[in-house]
Amino acid sequence: MAVCIAVIAKENYPLYIRSSPTENELKFHYMVHTSLDVVDEKISAMGKALVDQRELYLGLLYPTEDYKVYGYVTNSKVKFVMVVDSSNTALRDNEIRSMFRKLHNSYTDVMCNPFYNPGDRIQSSRAFDNMVTSMMIQVC
Amino acid sequence: MEAAAAAAAAAAAAGGGCGSGQPPLLLSEGEQQCYSELFARCAGAAGGGPGSGPPEAARVAPGTATAAAGPVADLFRASQLPSETLHQITELCGAKRVGYFGATQFYIALKLIAAAQSGLPVRIESIKCELPLPRFMMSKNDGEIRFGNPAELHGTKVQIPYLTTEKNSFKRMDDEDKQQETQSPTMSPLASPPSSPPHYQRVPLSHGYSKLRSSAEQMHPAPYEARQPLVQPEGSSSGGPGTKPLRHQASLIRSFSVERELQDNSSYPDEPWRITEEQREYYVNQFRSLQPDPSSFISGSVAKNFFTKSKLSIPELSYIWELSDADCDGALTLPEFCAAFHLIVARKNGYPLPEGLPPTLQPEYLQAAFPKPKWDCQLFDSYSESLPANQQPRDLNRMEKTSVKDMADLPVLTQDVTSDDKQALKSTINEALSKDVSEDPATSKDSNSLKARPRSRSYSSTSIEEAMKRGEDPPTPPPRPQKTHSRASSLDLNKVFQPSVPDILIITTHSMVKKLWYIILWNCMKLLKRTATKSGLLPPPPALPPRPCPSQSEQVSEAELLPQLSRAPSQAAESSPAKKDVPYSQPPSKPIRRKFRPENQATENQEPSTAASGPASAATMKPHPTVQKQSSKQKKAIQTAIRKNKEANAVLARLNSELQQQLKEVHQERIALENQLEQLRPVTVL
Repeated sequence: MAVCIAVIAKENYPLYIRSSPTENELKFHYMVHTSLDVVDEKISAMGKALVDQRELYLGLLYPTEDYKVYGYVTNSKVKFVMVVDSSNTALRDNEIRSMFRKLHNSYTDVMCNPFYNPGDRIQSSRAFDNMVTSMMIQVC
Repeated sequence: MEAAAAAAAAAAAAGGGCGSGQPPLLLSEGEQQCYSELFARCAGAAGGGPGSGPPEAARVAPGTATAAAGPVADLFRASQLPSETLHQITELCGAKRVGYFGATQFYIALKLIAAAQSGLPVRIESIKCELPLPRFMMSKNDGEIRFGNPAELHGTKVQIPYLTTEKNSFKRMDDEDKQQETQSPTMSPLASPPSSPPHYQRVPLSHGYSKLRSSAEQMHPAPYEARQPLVQPEGSSSGGPGTKPLRHQASLIRSFSVERELQDNSSYPDEPWRITEEQREYYVNQFRSLQPDPSSFISGSVAKNFFTKSKLSIPELSYIWELSDADCDGALTLPEFCAAFHLIVARKNGYPLPEGLPPTLQPEYLQAAFPKPKWDCQLFDSYSESLPANQQPRDLNRMEKTSVKDMADLPVLTQDVTSDDKQALKSTINEALSKDVSEDPATSKDSNSLKARPRSRSYSSTSIEEAMKRGEDPPTPPPRPQKTHSRASSLDLNKVFQPSVPDILIITTHSMVKKLWYIILWNCMKLLKRTATKSGLLPPPPALPPRPCPSQSEQVSEAELLPQLSRAPSQAAESSPAKKDVPYSQPPSKPIRRKFRPENQATENQEPSTAASGPASAATMKPHPTVQKQSSKQKKAIQTAIRKNKEANAVLARLNSELQQQLKEVHQERIALENQLEQLRPVTVL
């Protein structure tokens, strides 16, 4: 369903980024990078208004012609960015939310592993990889 | 059977292949059988693997089999011909042209391989003559024997020195198995499990042979049995082409009858992942050393430090943690810890890590299987009682979590989760799901009863033990914490392992060294006493009281000498006249404390004497003019005593140095022994 999924650390460097291999991966990396600005904007905007109830799900960050980019922020300022194909109109907001929630759960599981140092790239967790694979578009 | 049918079909195909422009293939009977087996193997591997067959297989006319590129390539590589030759062969045999390895192509290729191996040029013409069979180098044990002697080839089987085989069909299958031993780059040090070498060799986690894995995974159950040292190479004959189910069954039966006296559940055939009693005890002890309460957790950081000592790489440890921490809470309970430890031990012994947690290592299974471990304090009774109680809540936890996750995934949930924590999420939803919780106990009970299998404890010689003992000591812990841990744990270790002799050695050398120290000290004390008595420092205890006058000088001298020995020689002269009466008044003193009392006396006397030393000395000098004469004598006596004491000192010092030397030597010996130990150990533990 997603075309590209990225986990970005607080300092805005990627902890994990994976795209479906059919497309030019660089393009997705660039999209994710540019979406970070939007994320920051949303965080700061929301932060001033409702510090307590800041939502984790940021919603649609920005749509392009082919793709839509969704964002999600955790309380520790780790951002999840998901790029979705625009042609896939069947995706509802709730589904995106659920995908982010799954991502978040898997991310917490990775963090629970004492051998994982926060700030490292997420390379070793097969569970996380499997989860992300299940969410990515099946290449046909 | 199917192999024969395949042979017949292959022969037909070979005959039919004539029409495709290939030279007529004249195969001797032996060649035909061998080739057909090889082909069947390769084809079977292709058929077995899900979708690993070449996509062109669909184009092949039904009734002919094709060999998958993977096994064929491996087989060709096993022939140890250079790759250019192999390329040539594949071109010549027509596989490249046709696009697949049909029977004809395969046979031609095999013939060409035989030709190449006998030194003939790779040409179509070369295969027209009589050729020996192609030789495929398999693993060291058996492969060379197989096809190395073409002369022996008959229509029937090559006589291979097998161990127990009951049926001829087994031999045949085993041949095929042997052939399929692919030449993955690393050779298994254990008896080659024929069909699943890629799965159980010392391979890093990156499995390169994805093609074979699919076929190998089916051989999952049987290969474990292949690890039996009893059943040699033929071992688990799985992975055969057509007769797989029969073979599997037969192999299971055979392995059951041959290897193990008692049979555990055949549904858990993964022997390496079973924890034996010994190992379980050891793991439990290690757990207790980290966390005294067996029903509680080990935190992540503690476990991390502990497991890091095993010197496995961090990614592997991370993966092991992922596998074993089933509830993903960042802490290890006892069963989780045992599972993790077992995985580490297995990995250190060369087993590649599984994709998922094996069923025998899952926490419920472990808890059920070892309900009452042989622990030795009342704590354990409480633990075993609390086990079922704990089991349920933990399973409840897991059920809750899974149910929570499922709930979370439902798109029906419109409210957003505000808290970041998974636990917080759980707690907020748990309140709402109290109904579900009540249902969970029922389901968890069922799962427990399903998963808890009655294990008979008396599996004395399981394969894992043998397999691992062959390598090294099975429960040898990768970390060696016993040196740093309390003696209790090290003693337990000594109980558990036979090859803990080196540990005992260390302990004995340690105690020896301690004893030596005591001996040294005792000797020093004795010598001091002796020399002291000899030089008159310490008069024999009973003789003190009845000798007032002659002892005076002695006492004076001893009073002087003792403070000399200790300190303050300068003040002795002044305090000696004053001390005359004092030591005299304390003759029945214990000889041992003599040294200290004079010190006290000296200090006591020195204080008043220093204050009144002048008048005291003057006072003492005047009323005792005779003492002066005595004092001169005393001085001489003192001087001689001093000299004697110096000699005694020198002797003692020499003795001391000698003893020190001895101690050093003992230390060195101990170090050498420890070095030897260390040298021996890497052979076993790595």
